[in-house]
Amino acid sequence: MAKHETPLLDQLESGPWPSFVADIKQQAEVRAKNEEGIELQIPEEVCDDLLGVLELSYSDGETHWKHGGIVGVFGYGGGVIGRYCDQPEQFPGVAHFHTVRVAQPNGKYYTTEFLRNIMKIWEMRGSGLTNMHGSTGDIVFLGTTTPQLEEIFYELTHDVEVDLGGSGSNLRTPASCLGKSRCEYACYDTQAACYDLTMEYQDELHRPAFPYKFKFKFDGCPNGCVAAMARSDFSVVGIWRDEIRIDQEAVAAYVGGEFAPNAGAHSGRDWGKFDIQKEVVDLCPGKCIKYEDGKLSINDKECMHCMHCINTMPRALMIGNDRGASILCGAKAPILDGPQLSSLLVPFIKVEEPFDELKELIENIWDWWMEEGKNRERLGETMRRMGFQKLLEVTGIEADARHVQEPRHNPYIFWKADEVEGSWDRDINEYRKRHQR
Amino acid sequence: MAFVSSGYNPDKPMENRNSDIGPRKFDEFLPPVIKKNFGAWKYHEILEPGILVHVAESGDEVYSVRCGTARLMSVVHIKEMCDIADKHCDGYLRFTTRNNVEFMVDSKDKVDALKADLLSRKFNGGSYKFPIGGTGAGVSNIVHTQGWVHCHTPATDASGTVKVIMDELFDEFTGHNMPAPVRIAVACCLNMCGACHCSDIAVVGIHRKPPLIDHEHLDNLCEIPLAVAACPTGAVRPSKVEVDGTTYKTVAIKEERCMFCGNCYTMCPSLPLSDSEGDGIALMVGGKISNRISQPKFSKVVVAYIPNEPPRWPTLTKTIRTIVDVYSKEANKYERLGDWAERIGWERFFEKTGIKFTKHLIDDFRDPAYYTWRQSTQFKF
Repeated sequence: MAKHETPLLDQLESGPWPSFVADIKQQAEVRAKNEEGIELQIPEEVCDDLLGVLELSYSDGETHWKHGGIVGVFGYGGGVIGRYCDQPEQFPGVAHFHTVRVAQPNGKYYTTEFLRNIMKIWEMRGSGLTNMHGSTGDIVFLGTTTPQLEEIFYELTHDVEVDLGGSGSNLRTPASCLGKSRCEYACYDTQAACYDLTMEYQDELHRPAFPYKFKFKFDGCPNGCVAAMARSDFSVVGIWRDEIRIDQEAVAAYVGGEFAPNAGAHSGRDWGKFDIQKEVVDLCPGKCIKYEDGKLSINDKECMHCMHCINTMPRALMIGNDRGASILCGAKAPILDGPQLSSLLVPFIKVEEPFDELKELIENIWDWWMEEGKNRERLGETMRRMGFQKLLEVTGIEADARHVQEPRHNPYIFWKADEVEGSWDRDINEYRKRHQR
Repeated sequence: MAFVSSGYNPDKPMENRNSDIGPRKFDEFLPPVIKKNFGAWKYHEILEPGILVHVAESGDEVYSVRCGTARLMSVVHIKEMCDIADKHCDGYLRFTTRNNVEFMVDSKDKVDALKADLLSRKFNGGSYKFPIGGTGAGVSNIVHTQGWVHCHTPATDASGTVKVIMDELFDEFTGHNMPAPVRIAVACCLNMCGACHCSDIAVVGIHRKPPLIDHEHLDNLCEIPLAVAACPTGAVRPSKVEVDGTTYKTVAIKEERCMFCGNCYTMCPSLPLSDSEGDGIALMVGGKISNRISQPKFSKVVVAYIPNEPPRWPTLTKTIRTIVDVYSKEANKYERLGDWAERIGWERFFEKTGIKFTKHLIDDFRDPAYYTWRQSTQFKF
């Protein structure tokens, strides 16, 4: 018997898509029965009360969670987000309901053994509810009380050897696409790079010292499966700079209809016979593909690396052999100054262990941003305020036509004194010798 | 409920402390066929919606079955995933960046049994536990935030809106019936924890009323200079207010400058702005992240406000359905929603979808607004 009536939420149990309401209810039931005899460390009715407070929000049209307090584990400034209910008398089970962010393995592969072990901690010391995963990528444990935080941290770091993720004004848990583990498009080992940099910057991840959050994300190719360019301050996007490799026999198989274009992604509709001219050649943004006499050719010098031809004929076209990544900086969501996409900083960099080039770049950017960034100002906003040239200056990168969509519209150029012959120091009396007052 | 210690000693917090150990290394968790062929994959195909095969240079194959999930999931549910992975996949599974779960097997013979098992599992109430889909030219799972389930600043719910949208677009999740992938995201406020500002369809919770001011408590709970500095439009300034003969240090708000971003509330709990009538949803469309064919681009606001209508948000789902249907009918193969809208022109987008264009859709926020106004007589009647 449910603790609270939830007539509104109950309507979310119908329909085909997995129902989070049904799932929370099943967890509530398991907690109530507690057949395994677990020594539950937070109130048994936590799931019932979560449904109760959510039902109240559904009828009020307003949240019932209070502004988070400062909670955490000793020596860390992030990884735990304090959360309290604003109706604790009605819903005592969720009066204290903190979130714990747990660092996820890159690519989000798991063994069931590991998953079961972390779940064991969470059913005993938490609500038994999670997000798999949070938007940044962490495993998110939803809902526990303050006395459990050190205990959870101890068990995570001792029993399953995993750490907390980031929250607050620090390096957020870096994330990568699955990269070389299962993708033929990966231009570098996204998981290795992400893991190495995560380990290198544990201090920055756990102890907030930045103006605001900072995110690294690692995409293996321009398809952008982890959305690095849309949401990370430092976006590493795989790219190649030599020729796309072509298997002409496979091209013929696509043209002949033996292989489904786009790896079968359009199978749900009859789009007609595959038309290589219309579907590949004409859509190429670099206009550098030709299909003549049954042969596909690419003028790679004009290739924009958009991935369309490769995505459309993955068995015929393969990324080049000279692989690395482009680095783009400054993406963010709207708060505060409106949304920003990452802007290109380094057109090509080899991404190889020990990733020293990447680290040097990151540390130069951090030094500048920590010096100049205002409170709650993302890197992209600092870049806009101080100018892209400043970013080039602090990273020692030469300006390149690839840095812009088009050159500036106005000639208000901030020349510096040392860029002008004879500098800016002049004598007014000398000037007056040539020009009367 | 006796307290059980893990071994942590509060008197000596540094004793046996394992600090800064980071995540577990990914290669511990790779299924053998994945580990063996790491970096040596040749090509992939989507055999049917939700079922992929990746073929390695060695000739090895891995079959992945992708299932949607609610993201908010219980230990019971995750253990059920583990049971499935133990039974069919030698104890391995993975999650995708769009909150799907993937079960992988190393031979085609194992796919049918896995598929049948997944589709046979349902929650009480009848919804699928593991619907298969989310690949190719369809709608993948919705990336979303916490909403009323767990967040202190939301203007709408996230888990609930996702549930009703995905119920509506279930055929598009289980099918490849779109011109190109359609990526949907839900952010329950403008913080956009999930960064949904580059999605084909973005559902964004918005407030429409300036913050309330809890004058008698503000100075105790907030740093006034931080609250003042937090406002991007300079609408907040320090002030004093007399209540029942007592003077309090507080802030004043120039209400016409407020754009309801909630940043002041994040800095100061005495400035709440949520309100059942004021809060609701802005609908944005046409963004993308991929560099494929066209460049990544932002989503654009096409409906300035849709009221919160829990539990099933009918106006929201109906509007999304209309956009998806018109796009699906009109766009070319491979053409993303935003590319289609740009090709036909936004005036045509509003005409074809029947969405009313209003003054609220004209940008008026700082310099970038200017770049969205039309400086041309090249337009359509």
